[in-house]
Amino acid sequence: MKKLLILGAGTAGTMVANKLSHMLSREEWKITIVDQHETHYYQPGFLFIPFGIYGENDVIKPKRDFIPQGVEMIVSEIKLIEPEENRVRIAKDDRFLYYDFLIIATGTHPCPEETPGLTEGEWRNSIHDFYTHEGAIALAKKLRTWDGGRLVVNIMELPYKCPVAPLEFIFLADWYFHERQMRDKVELTLVTPLPGAFTKPRAAQLLGNTLEDKNINLVPEFYPERVDPERKVLVSYEDEEVPYDLLITVPVNRGADVIGISGLGDELNHVPVDKHTFLSTQFDNIFALGDAANLPTSKAGSVAHFAAEVFVENFMRYIEGQEMISSFDGHANCFIESGFGKGILIDFNYDVEPLPGKFPLPGIGPFSLLQESEMNHWGKMMFRWMYWNILLKGKEMPITAQMSMAGKWN
Amino acid sequence: MSMTKEFAGKTILLDDEGFMENPAEWDKAVAEELAAEIGISPLTDGHWQVIDFCRADHQSQGEAPTLRRITQLAGVPTKELYKLFPKGPAKKVAFVSGLKKPTGCI
Ligand SMILES: Cc1cc2nc3c(=O)[nH]c(=O)nc-3n(C[C@H](O)[C@H](O)[C@H](O)COP(=O)(O)OP(=O)(O)OC[C@H]3O[C@@H](n4cnc5c(N)ncnc54)[C@H](O)[C@@H]3O)c2cc1C
Repeated sequence: MKKLLILGAGTAGTMVANKLSHMLSREEWKITIVDQHETHYYQPGFLFIPFGIYGENDVIKPKRDFIPQGVEMIVSEIKLIEPEENRVRIAKDDRFLYYDFLIIATGTHPCPEETPGLTEGEWRNSIHDFYTHEGAIALAKKLRTWDGGRLVVNIMELPYKCPVAPLEFIFLADWYFHERQMRDKVELTLVTPLPGAFTKPRAAQLLGNTLEDKNINLVPEFYPERVDPERKVLVSYEDEEVPYDLLITVPVNRGADVIGISGLGDELNHVPVDKHTFLSTQFDNIFALGDAANLPTSKAGSVAHFAAEVFVENFMRYIEGQEMISSFDGHANCFIESGFGKGILIDFNYDVEPLPGKFPLPGIGPFSLLQESEMNHWGKMMFRWMYWNILLKGKEMPITAQMSMAGKWN
Repeated sequence: MSMTKEFAGKTILLDDEGFMENPAEWDKAVAEELAAEIGISPLTDGHWQVIDFCRADHQSQGEAPTLRRITQLAGVPTKELYKLFPKGPAKKVAFVSGLKKPTGCI
């Protein structure tokens, strides 16, 4: 029996386990997947919890419900990857798992302790986050009783997962305080290390205008060194300061520690891979998928989905000693919730920046690209159903893995 | 869309954001003029330590290093980098070193 070992049963790991369990012969292959948690979190839903749009139970399901029959699931922390020995040490029973092929899908996670001052004293008091389940729940409680002031959303470092989430958060905050008839008591500011609201020029411009229309301040090119929790200021490496009453931060994102300890990561524990095939640059039987990989595209569930489609096709050839002919183009497709029941859709890849136009989706669309619409908001809300019922189960989505220029205006 | 521009007597090909297309066209005199263009002049030993690291890292990795990579591997503290190349050091040092903008920022 050949052994395929998947590390991490999040979005990418679960999707690939489902797809490959149908494609690989049961007689020849044993598939094992390891994760430290029993619970699967629908992370895009964390955005809606602080505003009471989703409750804490709306974003969780048991991981096991999504692991296909015939795939062994082990719940344990992963301690060490030993690529030279083709084995992985897990905490449970202090065991080794041996593999012929390894897929690393351990994601990336927020590390607030990386920034001095962030977790000292004021954490979950005047400093909050929404990138974790607990963080989003604590923030919902805070916002319910907050009486206004300077609300600052800041990004600590690049890259971080879901690059549009901080923007969505601040758009929704604008709506939320309007609804509560206290928008005039709240000053909203987005502080980012990027030169604008987003990296890619046309989207940055459009999103920058949207911020202005909503009376939200933007402080670009601000790289925070520390937070002074007593004076309630964010301090940059150039000693500039941004004062806040309520700081909502996107902490430094790092890949799993085990990646770093095992010598498989870059400076932030993301795994260097070929950006078209996801093959490790160091070992020819290791792949990294999803947020765990250091790909130069957005760290997002939609990217993991498109990547998984390309990956499984290639993998079936690779194990037969054939060349990998499919090439991932960096395709990302993100609904940006913009408040007041509207959303914006962006679709792009390694080479083509988000462009305006119409995004055709058979049976449902079209959605308007780089433009606010109610339809895009429904797209975003529908995404949760698609995530649990189609995406995770590895079923076909009506969107092609490679980006298409259809409907885009150049 | 690319364009060309004169630096230190050489005609240099630039990408649409003004970064050099071809790192092989770069030399130290070009670096001085690129730096002057973004208000950094003259280049000191401190600058050169970072530039040399970025050139070498690009050679081995195929792309310009991110800020964190520079601070960790070249041993230059972030604060110092910001003094040398104010406002976006990773981008600025790539510009002066004749490299493309780092892709770490998506
Ligand atoms: C607030 C927020 C909003 C978002 N919005 C969107 C959106 O609108 N659209 C979109 O496409 N994406 C969005 N995303 C991003 C999306 O959730 C991620 O990109 C996606 O989940 C990545 O999948 P992954 O499998 O790579 O990582 P994950 O799903 O994070 O899975 C990693 C798994 O590895 C496990 N693991 C890690 N280390 C270990 C270890 N040492 N031992 C055992 N197990 C380990 C973890 O427990 C986890 O289950 C959002 C994310 C956040 C936080």
